Amino acid sequence: MGSKANRPELIVDGKRLDGRALDELRPLKIEASVLKNADGSAYLEWGNNKVLAAVYGPVETQPKHMADPSKAIIKCRYAMAPFSSLEEHGRTGPNRRATEISKVTKEAFENVVLLNEFPGSMINIFIEILQSDGGTRVAGITAAAVALASAGIHMKDLIYAVAIGKVGDALILDQNMIEDNYSDADMPIAIAPRNNDVLFLQMDGDFSKEELKRSIDMAIESGKVISKVQKDALRHVYQKAAERYESE
Amino acid sequence: MRCGTSTRRPQKGTRVNNMDAIDIVKSNYIKELLSKGIREDMRKVSDFRKIKITPNVIQNAEGSAQVDLGATRVLAGVKIDLGEPMEDTPKEGTVAMSAELLPLASADYEAGPPSPEAIELARVVDRGIRAGACIDTADLFLEEGKVWNVYVDIYVLNYYGNLFDASELAAMAALMNTKVPAYADGKAVRTDRSKPLKLNNIVTSATFAKVDGHMLLDPDGNEEAACSTRLTVATDGKKLRALQKGLGGSFNVKEVEEMVDMAMSKHEELKKHLESAR
Repeated sequence: MGSKANRPELIVDGKRLDGRALDELRPLKIEASVLKNADGSAYLEWGNNKVLAAVYGPVETQPKHMADPSKAIIKCRYAMAPFSSLEEHGRTGPNRRATEISKVTKEAFENVVLLNEFPGSMINIFIEILQSDGGTRVAGITAAAVALASAGIHMKDLIYAVAIGKVGDALILDQNMIEDNYSDADMPIAIAPRNNDVLFLQMDGDFSKEELKRSIDMAIESGKVISKVQKDALRHVYQKAAERYESE
Repeated sequence: MRCGTSTRRPQKGTRVNNMDAIDIVKSNYIKELLSKGIREDMRKVSDFRKIKITPNVIQNAEGSAQVDLGATRVLAGVKIDLGEPMEDTPKEGTVAMSAELLPLASADYEAGPPSPEAIELARVVDRGIRAGACIDTADLFLEEGKVWNVYVDIYVLNYYGNLFDASELAAMAALMNTKVPAYADGKAVRTDRSKPLKLNNIVTSATFAKVDGHMLLDPDGNEEAACSTRLTVATDGKKLRALQKGLGGSFNVKEVEEMVDMAMSKHEELKKHLESAR
């Protein structure tokens, strides 16, 4: 976290360091079904973030004592590659931060996956951050939603996630690493677009009630774009399959 | 002792004879094909699968490369940090290599601390590159007590056999595309990365699986499930640089000599792949 004293000018003439408007997303690209072994997978590039998400399941729950006879359970691993940041070599394996993100990510999906369809089984979600540039947890959730859908797992909705930050009095959408380091507040949020239910919400910094409301509105507005990229990624997989089928 | 799957399956739960039914089916299938002289993807015993090397996939890293060897996919990332030399080599930088069999790469991999298979993989890749003196560690010396520490991380993204050769290629390709940060005022300047990492040699490896007396170069997933034993030969084309025999079975001396000849004859082909991805 950078201190405010040495904070660079993050907003000049209404534009951000990378030239974006305050409510502008970084370029987002998603490809579904990229891994052969996984039941479902997605590769996402969001600004300089590069994320690989994969789903295995539903499978028999291991260890057995964790099985729930009334519904499926979800397990989630979010981890950052030791070479993912521009800083020093990272520690391998999940740390406390990654463990918390894994937990809240899992809980977000427990609200949308139709768990009662697979009692006693387990669904594994793996999120690997290959390159990080701010907002990796929301990138992970957005990718994992596509991976779950490509695994054919039934869900109430295809959820997306995005982060809103605050610099001085300005709210900014989808902050990158530099903005994240120096911002006054950071609020990642995951939303089910069908009814705009909030499935995951974190915040740190300082936010007024009014700013919270405006932030959520910004997230929902940006969600139209994110949702479209997610759906297009899935559509593309089936289009390719249909083309292959027709050419045979 | 279960057969074949050394890099594949951490021990888990109870199994009949430590081998599950699906592996027996795969194994029988591979053996039946071999008795007719064919491999499941119609390769010759001395053929690699299709190799694709994509360099510089992770721009935040000092070097990186993704290797697709058939359906096996491995990503290697290199980070270079400022650090201290080893006590016995005060004028040289250090190199550390590790490998992760990510749980998203196979239903048989589990999250958790590195399995013995992951550690073996990292150490075999490391031995080839270290014994081949590929990285010029003297060039990583900065000043008294300060050197560059090079970290190579091998990330297995999809398993379908022969992680050894895919990882050796990925690590080597990543190193060949690595840029060392500038060093100013006692600090690493990662925004200025223009100096290529100095390399003095290129090492490649060739791994063979033995199935019913056939030596198969670059075994795929099913062939590894069927094999009784395995040999990895790392070479720079002139000398052998590392050997690793794995799994329970055995080779006779003549078989070892044949595989060493084959590995050395394959080096140029692999080196060409590496150089075209530079």
